[in-house]
Amino acid sequence: MNNRPLSPHLTIYRPQLNSVLSILHRITGVALIISLLMVIGFFISLIFGEETFKVFSIFFNSIIGKIIMFFSLCGIWYHFFAGLRHLFWDMGYGFNLKWVEYSSYSILALTFFFILASLLV
Amino acid sequence: MVELRLPKNSRISPNGKVWDHKKSSAKKLRKFKVYRYNPDEKSNPRVDTYFIDANESGPMVLDALIHIKEEIDPTLTFRRSCREGICGSCAMNIDGVNTLACTRGLNEIKGDVRIYPLPHMPVIKDLIPDLTNFYKQHASIMPWLETKTETPEKEWEQSINQRKKLDDLYECVMCACCSTSCPSYWWNSEKYLGPAALLHAYRWLVDSRDETRDERLNDIEDSFKLYRCHTIMNCARTCPKNLNPAKAIAEIKKMMVEKNSRSKQ
Repeated sequence: MNNRPLSPHLTIYRPQLNSVLSILHRITGVALIISLLMVIGFFISLIFGEETFKVFSIFFNSIIGKIIMFFSLCGIWYHFFAGLRHLFWDMGYGFNLKWVEYSSYSILALTFFFILASLLV
Repeated sequence: MVELRLPKNSRISPNGKVWDHKKSSAKKLRKFKVYRYNPDEKSNPRVDTYFIDANESGPMVLDALIHIKEEIDPTLTFRRSCREGICGSCAMNIDGVNTLACTRGLNEIKGDVRIYPLPHMPVIKDLIPDLTNFYKQHASIMPWLETKTETPEKEWEQSINQRKKLDDLYECVMCACCSTSCPSYWWNSEKYLGPAALLHAYRWLVDSRDETRDERLNDIEDSFKLYRCHTIMNCARTCPKNLNPAKAIAEIKKMMVEKNSRSKQ
């Protein structure tokens, strides 16, 4: 009885636009905490004077630092717009599947636009 | 808990059988890849391959499965009954999405037809999952009318508008497509009630004749039973009856807020 196999799940279920955006919201949420800790670390380091400031500014200006900051920027905008939709859902709006599709594409478009805008500023 | 990999006894073995049953006269050959598990054999599940002439079977996936069972492999096991989307027996994962085999047309699927049992469920045999836990959860939300006042002489009255609130809820056939499409249910199926049971919970919560709304709400006010819903929306997307469990769950959450703000006053 208890030896029954578990049917396959993640590997066979076709990724849905809504489910992909959902897990992305979770991932960006966790990743942004890490980015936030880095930025807070940077602020705290200022207390210790020029030396530590330099270490951080070298890090943030390195390729790796820039890549991290770029993805943090993407994450912030995505998490913001996807989070807005969650607020609408919590109020009971936007469950119609057509609306879910429109809002999904809108989130992606807005995210893309705001990333571009932030890079240009 | 989140366990991305299947347990050892559940991983699909590469020894799937190819049932070479091609007829030379076949014009529209379709390839079917079907999950197989036999509890009498001491081996892991496998995926078998069948070939069917699409002109010989009926238009639906269920027709093809019946065709396989009758013409090629009588050991293939699956549930079916009404063959018209009313009984919910033939729920399975077809082409990566949960649905009823009897209402999914073969021409809606491009390429190979991949058929698995409903995801993340204990498999009894082939395409038959064990739904014991699923039914237990359904029973736990008290899927019946509970009243406190005296039973009226004729019937419990309900206005047309009150009755309308049950539309898009009562149609649920308990096929389990929604619950088994939900990643949150996959990871917490023991504690999270899942979209189907919660849709039924809401169906009784909005019923104007029911007199135990607060008790019902108290019963499911639990970080696991109700609040494991993260509005992933797979449930609504996959429902073969076009219902929207996610919406029903959101309405329950709103009722919770209302109940708790009432009790604080």
